[in-house]
Amino acid sequence: MIVTTTKGDMDESLLVRKDGDMENDNEKTSWVEYYLDDELVHRSVHVILKKIPTLAGGETATI
Amino acid sequence: MCTSFMSELMLGQHQLGTSTLTSRTSLTAPTTDTVKAALYLASATVNAATTAYSATGEVSGTGYTAGGVTVTNATAPTSTNTTATAGVAYWTPSASITYTTVTLSTAFDCVLVYNSTQSNKAIAAYTFGSQTVTAGTFALTMPSNTTSTALLRLATT
Repeated sequence: MIVTTTKGDMDESLLVRKDGDMENDNEKTSWVEYYLDDELVHRSVHVILKKIPTLAGGETATI
Repeated sequence: MCTSFMSELMLGQHQLGTSTLTSRTSLTAPTTDTVKAALYLASATVNAATTAYSATGEVSGTGYTAGGVTVTNATAPTSTNTTATAGVAYWTPSASITYTTVTLSTAFDCVLVYNSTQSNKAIAAYTFGSQTVTAGTFALTMPSNTTSTALLRLATT
């Protein structure tokens, strides 16, 4: 598989892959990182909103 | 309150006070405003008091265009009312908000959804865990479009 990196497109076999995830009441987030030697050359993130956090005014409006 | 009124508010079908709107192409050929989503740095102040999109505090980096991306909006607002005091109108973008092949090196934790057709007026801001992206994709998947989880909800009490 070809991976887009800061060095251009590279074959995944040349890179070290690290996956991560976290989950709380508001979101479920996963990410994938690729390293060339010890340098981070790719990081993608997928955030799944489970409900709307209220900190930024995303709460239900009452009318 | 009448159930239909709530979703009609989201559709802009009532004007109970003086308001200046950007004219649609036609008042008889229905159109939908363009909704966009911009990302903001963790250090930025974007909240319920935000009235319009601003580039101040917005992320920047390779592959990211100021103003963000257009939100897919294929599902019109819906309203329901189980009792006289339990009405809810709700709306959710019909697809994930995706920023493809971007490098955003400074941590960001907020997305502002705004109406680019109507002078970039703010709709809502949502926070999430702080992130960076390196030559990758940032995808924000919406919650389910239900009365209790939709991205925008107007409720009676």
